[in-house]
Amino acid sequence: MNPTMDTEPPAAPAAPASGTAAPAAETILSVRGLRAGYAGGAPVLKGVSMDVRARAVTAIIGPSGCGKSTLIRCLNRLHEALPGAFCDGEVLLGGRNVLDWDPVLLRREVGMVFQRPNPFPTMSVFDNVAAGLTLNGERDRVKLAERVETSLRRAALWDEVKDKLRSPGVGLSGGQQQRLCIARALAVEPRVLLMDEPCSALDPIATARIEELLLEIKDQLTVVIVTHNMQQAARVSAHTAFMLSGELVEFGPTQGLFTKPSDKRTEDYITGRFG
Amino acid sequence: MNASVYARRRRVNALMLAATAACAAVSAGVLLGILGYIAWKGASSLSWSFLTELPKPVGETGGGIANSILGSVKVVGLAGLMGIPVGVASGVYLAEYGRTGRFAFCVRYAADVMNGVPSIVIGLFAYALVVMPMKRFSALSGSVALALIMIPIILRNTEEFVRLVPGTIREAALALGVPRWKVAAFVVLPTAGRGIATGALLALSRAAGETAPLIFTAFGNRYWDQGLLGPIATLPHTLYNYAISPYADWHQQAWAAALILMAFMLAVNVAARVWLRPPSTGAL
Repeated sequence: MNPTMDTEPPAAPAAPASGTAAPAAETILSVRGLRAGYAGGAPVLKGVSMDVRARAVTAIIGPSGCGKSTLIRCLNRLHEALPGAFCDGEVLLGGRNVLDWDPVLLRREVGMVFQRPNPFPTMSVFDNVAAGLTLNGERDRVKLAERVETSLRRAALWDEVKDKLRSPGVGLSGGQQQRLCIARALAVEPRVLLMDEPCSALDPIATARIEELLLEIKDQLTVVIVTHNMQQAARVSAHTAFMLSGELVEFGPTQGLFTKPSDKRTEDYITGRFG
Repeated sequence: MNASVYARRRRVNALMLAATAACAAVSAGVLLGILGYIAWKGASSLSWSFLTELPKPVGETGGGIANSILGSVKVVGLAGLMGIPVGVASGVYLAEYGRTGRFAFCVRYAADVMNGVPSIVIGLFAYALVVMPMKRFSALSGSVALALIMIPIILRNTEEFVRLVPGTIREAALALGVPRWKVAAFVVLPTAGRGIATGALLALSRAAGETAPLIFTAFGNRYWDQGLLGPIATLPHTLYNYAISPYADWHQQAWAAALILMAFMLAVNVAARVWLRPPSTGAL
């Protein structure tokens, strides 16, 4: 990892509200002219460029079908797992285009949490969290136990499940399952965590728990979160991108974007005039 | 609506409901009738010596079918060892990798046709494939015939259950940086495991009841078998031989053999359904 990242300034929302959000030195993920689409269709993403700041939360908002999910699914190349899906442009992670990587190796650096909690049905709480390691050959039980505990603590789930690590992961409540999935993603120690509307299937209390945990892990991890909920974007993110019809309309510090949007369409969206 | 029309509709409705219920009762009644009749006819000849002894020579009373019971276990067991891995592996292939495309279409089509091929034809095929080149009837050739019957059933069942595993489970595993084949083998397959195991057990019990494929292959044997490369007695085949024989006490033993066969198949079916009942956890 880039050693200069250890000494970067705090992510104060002071940068001007336009174009690229952060100076290059703080950028971990840089998207350039990304186009993507599905089998037999026109591109859903029509040339998106944005820089994601390291060790901060970046939110992507926009109406349904604007391409938010497609965008982050390109970042770990899960998009291409769909038959006929295409994707071109550049996504630079640490200066290298991830579209040229082996997707399997990329996904160990760029983790993902999905819209609905999806723990592995046959696995216990422990095995779910350890899955990314055990499936890739880790056999050291001590190391696994340590990593599972650390990950569950980071996902703010440890206290609730520490006495039932051997019971099925799907036996937990919906909110706990989603935090289990977050722990599972964290256990692989990714540099970037993508979250695709992680709270859309959860009640407000479970949502609040996840937002709290986001605020706790954001100093150690880069998070890109897609959300339908603008309040959520305002609460958890340092930077927000607004997308519309496959284009990035506006990208800047969250506070600025929500209080003084520079684009008329952003203003219309956040004031509830459409979407 | 006119009151008389409504009254007529209610009458027709009641009539049709009664008709469907009667049909359902007939279906269930036939099964119970068969089970009851076999139990009634067969129970009298059941005894410990029937289960543990070899058949007696023609003309002597008594004797048992121990060699057929053991033979069925061997032939069906070996058929399972051959058929289940092939069926499960091809089912996983079709569901995980070959959803579309000409090859997958052909495999699927062939499996469906195989499923409909009369089992006597499968027996002849196994005869040509194994018995002719080896120049002897054998347990092995019987197992090959039964495996050929099991493979298409297991293949289609496996494919169906693997397809039922939600895509979100595959994505969750892929997103952890797990290679595609490991996702299929260690995440998707176990998730579908109960359904696959149930299908395999039901295919085993179907094979255990087949007679026709064994006539030209396992051949039958009045004594203990001399290993898998020699002729062997099996329960359904012995039942068949006894049933068409001219001896009254053989007929009686055929009923008892039928009872044992039915009890075995019922046990497997019930075990498959109870023991492998899906838990309410999303695992299939």
